[in-house]
Amino acid sequence: MNRRDALTATAALLGGAIIGGQAFLSGCIAEKTETGLFSEADLAFLDEVGETILPTTEKSPGAKAAKIGTFMKTIVTDCYDDAEQAIFLAGMGKLKDLSLKQYQRSFMQLNADEKTKLVTSLDQEATSYSKNKPETEPEHYFSMIKQLTLWGFFTSEPGATEALRFVPVPGRYEGCVDYVAGDPAWA
Amino acid sequence: MATDTINTNINTRGAAQHTYDAIVIGSGISGGWAAKELCEKGFKTLVLERGRNIEHVKDYPTMLKAPWDFEHRGRMPNAFLKENPLISKAAGFGEDTAHFFIQDKDHPYVQEKPFDWIRGYQVGGKSLTWGRACQRWSNYEFEAPARFGYGADWPIRYADVAPWYAHVEKFIGVCGNNDGIEAMPDGEFLPPFELNCVERHLKQSFIKHYKNRHLVQGRWAHISQPNDIHEQQGRGRCQSRNLCMRGCPYGAYFSSVSSTLPWAAKTGNLTIRPFSVVHSIIYDEQKNKATGVRVIDTNTREVTEYLARIIFVNASALNSNLILLNSTSNRFPNGLGNDSGLLGTHIGFHLYRGFVNAFIEGYEDKYYYVRNPVECIVANYRNLGKQETDYVGGFTTFSGASRVRGAVKPEDPQIGATFKEAMSEPGRWEVYMYMQGETIMKQSNHVRLSKAEKDQWGIPLLVTSVGYDDNDEKMVKDFLNQSCEMLEKAGGTILNRIDNQQPPGLDIHEMGGARMGADPKTSLLNEWNQLHHCKNVFVTDGACMTSTGNQSPSILYMALTARAVNYAAQEAQKGNL
Repeated sequence: MNRRDALTATAALLGGAIIGGQAFLSGCIAEKTETGLFSEADLAFLDEVGETILPTTEKSPGAKAAKIGTFMKTIVTDCYDDAEQAIFLAGMGKLKDLSLKQYQRSFMQLNADEKTKLVTSLDQEATSYSKNKPETEPEHYFSMIKQLTLWGFFTSEPGATEALRFVPVPGRYEGCVDYVAGDPAWA
Repeated sequence: MATDTINTNINTRGAAQHTYDAIVIGSGISGGWAAKELCEKGFKTLVLERGRNIEHVKDYPTMLKAPWDFEHRGRMPNAFLKENPLISKAAGFGEDTAHFFIQDKDHPYVQEKPFDWIRGYQVGGKSLTWGRACQRWSNYEFEAPARFGYGADWPIRYADVAPWYAHVEKFIGVCGNNDGIEAMPDGEFLPPFELNCVERHLKQSFIKHYKNRHLVQGRWAHISQPNDIHEQQGRGRCQSRNLCMRGCPYGAYFSSVSSTLPWAAKTGNLTIRPFSVVHSIIYDEQKNKATGVRVIDTNTREVTEYLARIIFVNASALNSNLILLNSTSNRFPNGLGNDSGLLGTHIGFHLYRGFVNAFIEGYEDKYYYVRNPVECIVANYRNLGKQETDYVGGFTTFSGASRVRGAVKPEDPQIGATFKEAMSEPGRWEVYMYMQGETIMKQSNHVRLSKAEKDQWGIPLLVTSVGYDDNDEKMVKDFLNQSCEMLEKAGGTILNRIDNQQPPGLDIHEMGGARMGADPKTSLLNEWNQLHHCKNVFVTDGACMTSTGNQSPSILYMALTARAVNYAAQEAQKGNL
């Protein structure tokens, strides 16, 4: 039986378990309120964080073009459990606070370099947290944001078709072709 | 008893309208074949399917969707996972295929030991979502259980099924290479997909370090190049989309829905009745044979008896056991044909617990064109004709290599433009291996009917009592050791070495319960898949298996089905049925 896809799907992007995957074991489902977990301003903020992780370049559009904020809202609302949602929502607050503390301006008001610096420091913090934490401890909120950004972007229309090479109907498979450095991967 | 209730409500109007030459219970991979072969031979055939109807292409709602067309990009929402912890574990299950699987709450069963029973209740059954692997069994597999004393003897050998394998291969379309390996016999194959450069490297390395370990392309039910017979079915060439389980718009992979059922319908002899749960098979004590089946309409709950002189039981391995166990009469108080008392026992499955992967340095100037819909196989190399390990049986290894996405090194930026470009490029090559191992069919591994609990149609729930044994533990260990060694010798660096401890059943290769055998005292079915004690009932799905072998079983079910229909037709002509 062709189980390859099932075995590798969850490890596809970051080589780790996808956050939210164990949700049913914890038995928690988010209570959706009328307004939902995210405001319009939150979505714009997440778009900006996502765009800092995967920015628009000459070659292709960035995470904002992939509506990454809306994607994060959908997954966090529908696929994260209560505890993960709480970490994610509190994490957005922490990131906003960090910007105010370091730059005395909101994240949205930072210039591109400042955003990159701040997000890079958070990424390093999350990576070292993740390495040292006991397995049972939850993920760092920034790991969630980064994972959702990568997943959401590369499966979005702009990400798959412009950053990667998306061929919906290849027509054939060739086992061994030359690879020219710089060519994008297949979506 | 459920039977009493049923008799009072029976719909006896127009028995003639409910009479066919043959009835096939189930429309999955073997039921579809029974229908095709019976209809071609002129039998007016009724196919009963408990689920809804599925029509080729029309009922494949997700077949053309892009990744971004799925709200959760393939994941199922938490609320669904919480309600469906079982079915959401199935290989291939996701937002794009969920509609071809049952939901847990609708179809309860009792797990005396953990057992994941994966089901797809619709016309076409699990043939819509199957893995498509079509390796032939070798004679080693037919002979080993009796020869090495770990199981009952098959009443047939490879030579008995070889022509029927060919018959099935030609019709469904199986791509692969004739590799001349005794453990995995050659067949009637369409051109194989290519190995990629790392797979070629592994092939050479394995044969250099181990003379009898052959990495070859698997044999897959994909039309790599259509023949006339496929074009007559309206099926075309595989486009390498690798989205098979959503249903293929080209009909390039085989399913009952794309192939056998429409083919059977063209004869004018086929009637498919969806929403029809079979309660039991009716046995006539005067005639000493089965006369039909009792069917519950899942929408109206009306009970109808359908009559026929030949009955094929293809309800999927465990459901076929359930139906036979529930078909009681004065003559057969313990289930139809069950004089031996062995019905429901000797359940087997395939051992899927072992998984290993590694990365391979180099080959960075090589890639492949888009998507590979198939996998390689290392043919079984254990206990071939001689006992050489501390466990019995052997295993097939599925394998493949591909480049992961993302060429980011730890010292590179992990955020920003450079990171994004690197994440958009192919990264290093990784290779995986996972096992499909034989298990011993033991009397203690069994299914039976619950005495207390019933389903929504009043049919007793199935109790599963199936577990692993010491032989399984030893085989998993050997697979992991050997696979790691093979990958390391090929220059690989092991990333994961996993015994996932998944419960039996998740392999979706459950088998046995009504095994074939020469002796009616120790088996339910004879060499023609015919109940020893009720000759007009044939069981040709996974329930018939005498041992599990290590090859994927679906094509064997199809071959045995075609062989049994051929025999049934001859017997009918002689007036013996």
